[in-house]
Amino acid sequence: MNERASESDMEAQASQFMAENPERTSARRRPTEADAATYDREHRGTVGELRSEVPRMRCTRVNVRYGDKHAIRDVSLDVGKNEVLAMIGPSGCGKSTFLRCLNRMNDTVAGCRVTGEILLDGKDIMAPDVDVVPLRARVGMVFQKPNPFPKSIFENVAFGPRIHGLAQSHAELEEIVVSSLQKANLWDEVKDRLAHPGTGLSGGQQQRLCIARAIAIQPEVILMDEPCSALDPISTAKIEQLIDELRRNYSICIVTHSMQQAARVSQRTAYFHLGDLIEVGDTDRIFVKPQHQLTEDYITGRFG
Amino acid sequence: MSEPAQTERDSFARVEAGMKRRRAAERRFRFFGKCAVGLGLGFLVILFASIVGNGYSAFWQTRITLDVTIDEAIVDPAGTRDPALLRAADYGALIKQSLREMFPDVSGRRNRFALYGLVSNGANFDLRDRVLADPSLIGSKVALSVAADDDVDMLMKGHIDRGAPEADRRVKDNQLAWIDALEADGRIRSAFNLDFFSNGDSRDPELAGIRGALMGSIFTLFVTLGLSFPLAVAAAVYLEEFAPKNRWTDLIEVNINNLAAVPSIVFGLLGLAVFINFFTLPRSAPIVGGLVLTLMTLPTIIIASRAALKSVPPSIREGALGVGASPMQAVMYHVLPLALPGMLTGTIIGMAQALGETAPLLMIGMVAFIADVPAGVFDPSTALPVQIYLWADSPERAYVEKTSAAIIVLLLFLAAMNALAVLLRRRFERRW
Amino acid sequence: MTQTPLLIVLLLTLSSLAYHFGRKRAFAVSAGHTRTLHSLPAYYGLYAALWAVIPALLVLGLWLACEDTVITRLVVGSLPPEIASLAPSRLNLVLNDIRNLVVGNIVSSEPDALIVAAADRYRELRGVSTVALFAVTLGLATIGGWLAYGRIRPEHRSRNAVERIVMGILIACSTIAILTTVGIVLSVLFESIRFFQAVPVTEFLFGLDWSPQIAIRADQAGSSGAFGAVPLFAGTMLITLIAMSVAVPIGLMSAIYLAEYASSRVRATAKPLLEVLAGIPTVVYGFFAALTVAPFIRNSGGLFGLDIASESALAAGLVMGVMIIPFVSSLSDDVINAVPQSLRDGAYGMGATQSETIRRVIFPAALPGIVGAVLLAVSRAIGETMIVVMAAGLAAKLTANPFEAVTTVTVQIVTLLVGDQEFDSPKTLAAFALGLVLFFVTLALNVLALYIVRKYREQYE
Repeated sequence: MNERASESDMEAQASQFMAENPERTSARRRPTEADAATYDREHRGTVGELRSEVPRMRCTRVNVRYGDKHAIRDVSLDVGKNEVLAMIGPSGCGKSTFLRCLNRMNDTVAGCRVTGEILLDGKDIMAPDVDVVPLRARVGMVFQKPNPFPKSIFENVAFGPRIHGLAQSHAELEEIVVSSLQKANLWDEVKDRLAHPGTGLSGGQQQRLCIARAIAIQPEVILMDEPCSALDPISTAKIEQLIDELRRNYSICIVTHSMQQAARVSQRTAYFHLGDLIEVGDTDRIFVKPQHQLTEDYITGRFG
Repeated sequence: MSEPAQTERDSFARVEAGMKRRRAAERRFRFFGKCAVGLGLGFLVILFASIVGNGYSAFWQTRITLDVTIDEAIVDPAGTRDPALLRAADYGALIKQSLREMFPDVSGRRNRFALYGLVSNGANFDLRDRVLADPSLIGSKVALSVAADDDVDMLMKGHIDRGAPEADRRVKDNQLAWIDALEADGRIRSAFNLDFFSNGDSRDPELAGIRGALMGSIFTLFVTLGLSFPLAVAAAVYLEEFAPKNRWTDLIEVNINNLAAVPSIVFGLLGLAVFINFFTLPRSAPIVGGLVLTLMTLPTIIIASRAALKSVPPSIREGALGVGASPMQAVMYHVLPLALPGMLTGTIIGMAQALGETAPLLMIGMVAFIADVPAGVFDPSTALPVQIYLWADSPERAYVEKTSAAIIVLLLFLAAMNALAVLLRRRFERRW
Repeated sequence: MTQTPLLIVLLLTLSSLAYHFGRKRAFAVSAGHTRTLHSLPAYYGLYAALWAVIPALLVLGLWLACEDTVITRLVVGSLPPEIASLAPSRLNLVLNDIRNLVVGNIVSSEPDALIVAAADRYRELRGVSTVALFAVTLGLATIGGWLAYGRIRPEHRSRNAVERIVMGILIACSTIAILTTVGIVLSVLFESIRFFQAVPVTEFLFGLDWSPQIAIRADQAGSSGAFGAVPLFAGTMLITLIAMSVAVPIGLMSAIYLAEYASSRVRATAKPLLEVLAGIPTVVYGFFAALTVAPFIRNSGGLFGLDIASESALAAGLVMGVMIIPFVSSLSDDVINAVPQSLRDGAYGMGATQSETIRRVIFPAALPGIVGAVLLAVSRAIGETMIVVMAAGLAAKLTANPFEAVTTVTVQIVTLLVGDQEFDSPKTLAAFALGLVLFFVTLALNVLALYIVRKYREQYE
């Protein structure tokens, strides 16, 4: 009850804010030199560089509705190859919802409708004949709370390759497991206890196990939904370092609550506000020179 | 850079290659699930179809209309019209005479015996009651509709095959001829089987009814309800509202959960050893049945009542305590009334469970053949499910029909009770 | 005993009088200023009323429980020594005759003068007892009410006193569960101990031959009947096994289908319908098994040239399995729903199909809970009586062939105890020994299952 009330309060406040200060919000938009090309009037309210030069995924006018609630409005955004894209914004702004569109995880939520176009390597993944199974094999996901399966560490990582039939032999499977654990910087910590249950690891280790599990199926994109929010600072640092290493081979989309984390790990940052994508751009630029009033207010800590 | 891209494409191809097999496995699994649900529901349908199919005909009864001359010389030779004498008169002779008149050419002891076997033994009592109610009938000729013998009834309902060899058939050729003659005469008709609801048990299937068993069940449930509801509510109130958390209450709690899963027959053993052998309560009496079923349903009702108390929000208690009520007053005046509908629902479900229970009643002797309708909780009686068990064991074909009909009645009662529980829950369900 | 309702009515009247006067006195002692009273006036009335009725009711209950035993003792004591010293079983017959005579039932043979005298004495003692009961209880009620009445003063804490009494009653009610368990254990244990004095425990538990019928006739040595219960245990296990192989796959798969696949509309209809199966009385299943399923199995067995007994373990087991389906499915449903959504998300997020998620993630995660559910179902099947009584037969055969008739522990308890039999023969006592085994086996299964399920719940809380 309370949550819902405060959410709608926030919405009301924000729209009031927008209505009372039209000149203020527009005055702070600074369409200067480089922006002219990327500043796209067509896309509601979004400022900055929506498009990437080497896109892996390209979303155009994506809308999400839960029943009557319009959770995501006309979001257009690219995820580039070998880049880390951070999505930030106050809670309830729709960043997680948008993330879950990218591998159609919203299909599992009852009453959720997604419209618009999402291309992966130029192919629309929203088309009705697209099977979500191979799609999710290409767009992996790591969740907010570490959720290792109640199986051994080995079996956790082997799960994906097994169901997708990626390994021809047990030796090959072992190779995949070992290399995934190595890539996830977990190998040294667990190599002696691969048969132990994955749930027995510490929180940070569990999350790296989940990352290992995701990369064992060789995805092209990895989606991370606040992967460090349940972890201590040391584990967080390890995961952040890992994300930076993984960028060499994968495109990574990370939703985060922490602006510092976004600044540390990402190359590009998208700022969401109440279902609208407000501003996208190079991370360095967003945090130093935000173009939109709301972005500036958020990163300077006026709300959020 | 090129190396991971290579494996990427490679793995993607493998995923695609496996999709056909995996989609088939998915469909298969889903199909198994559907099959399981379908099988479960199918069993339900078969069960009901079998019971109703066997039982619905028991609600009708074949009756034969006889013209009976009430001969004063047989009924009341002294002419006193004394009811005690009238009661003791040989009405069977009148019935037999009437049958003989209808088929005058039947001769020989054996044949006559077969002829008399067409109507039920209950005909005598029908005639007696008729005469006792109106002694002026004596000397006149009355048309009396009597129940046919169960074999005739079965024949008319098509459960006996006319084409079977005579030796394998319960209704012999000569009887068939008489029945056909009676039918041609318009003397055989099918009527609603009132006897089934007004009679007690009987050795004659056409006379057997469920009234005795039904009354036995009602008395038993009455005792069960009267004891288990207050006991369970008191126990639930204590455990949920007042009990300190300690070993003793933990023990009670574990105990209640385990008692709920103890086989019902063990409760029967308890009843036999404690109530009958130790306290020497009468065997076969609803009071003992009620006591045993009370102990059996108590855990169910306690668990349901505790859930009902738990669903009353603490703010109600705090509110009452805040205006100076004692904890006991808060519970009695505020919490209990709000929890009562939930408790009643649980109690009805417990009663439905008790109504269908058979095994413990067998142990305490409620399984005897009892023709009288019980008049109180100390009278020997059976119960509806036990009656079903007894009839199911009887060899006559007619009891199959009776058993199924008794089951239909039992299931109707259970359905009504459960519907009441659902209604109560819908009516009083609150969201805090 | 027949006057008990009257007595209870009288006691309640006395109690309401006590209430009335107690309340009045509360007004009187406060001289109309009820605010000076510690409690509301009604509590003073209740206080007096409770004191009037509770001791009297306790005495009444105790009296009724012991009356018959005491009178019987006295009557036996007054019988001539040659009858009083008869063997207990013969003495029981005499006592039965006496009781029948008292009630006015027709006694089989011409009553003997001694018996008539004893019956007269019995009747007389009962009359005395009834009068005494009335005097004692009514006197107690008056005294109790009067004493409480005398204690009523403005500063008397009636509410607290009443609440203490009510609390005592509540506590007494909640201990009934314990008393029931104790009663069960004691009643089966005592009779079993007497049984094991006649038949060694080892023979009972490990003997391969069960034919208690021989023991009926007194001229044959009572313990010469064979009481080896292994064929019973084997039969119980065979039928349970058959029931489980029907109930577990169907129950589990339907739980999975309804929880993971079915639309909410299908679930809302199919779930309650399946649960109807659990609400049908077992005697109905028994009839269904004997009337429909057993002949069906026999006939279809005939088609394949199989010789199937008309009362086969298969028929009883199948129908019992059907009965247990909703039990397995609703317990499994709870367990499956307790598996956190995050595990499902994890599997779906990696591209697992729904069935792969269920088989490789949800099922292993829910396994302990499902094992617990199955154990509870097994305990249900072992203790189930009516289906096997009506459909499984009486032949104590040691066989694993589902097409033959077998017998079970519960069937034997019923056959040994139903009908006229003398108590104290090893035959009837054997039923209690079987009851003891049944009680402890099901208890162990339940405790184990509840423990597993609770551990499982804690894991995901």
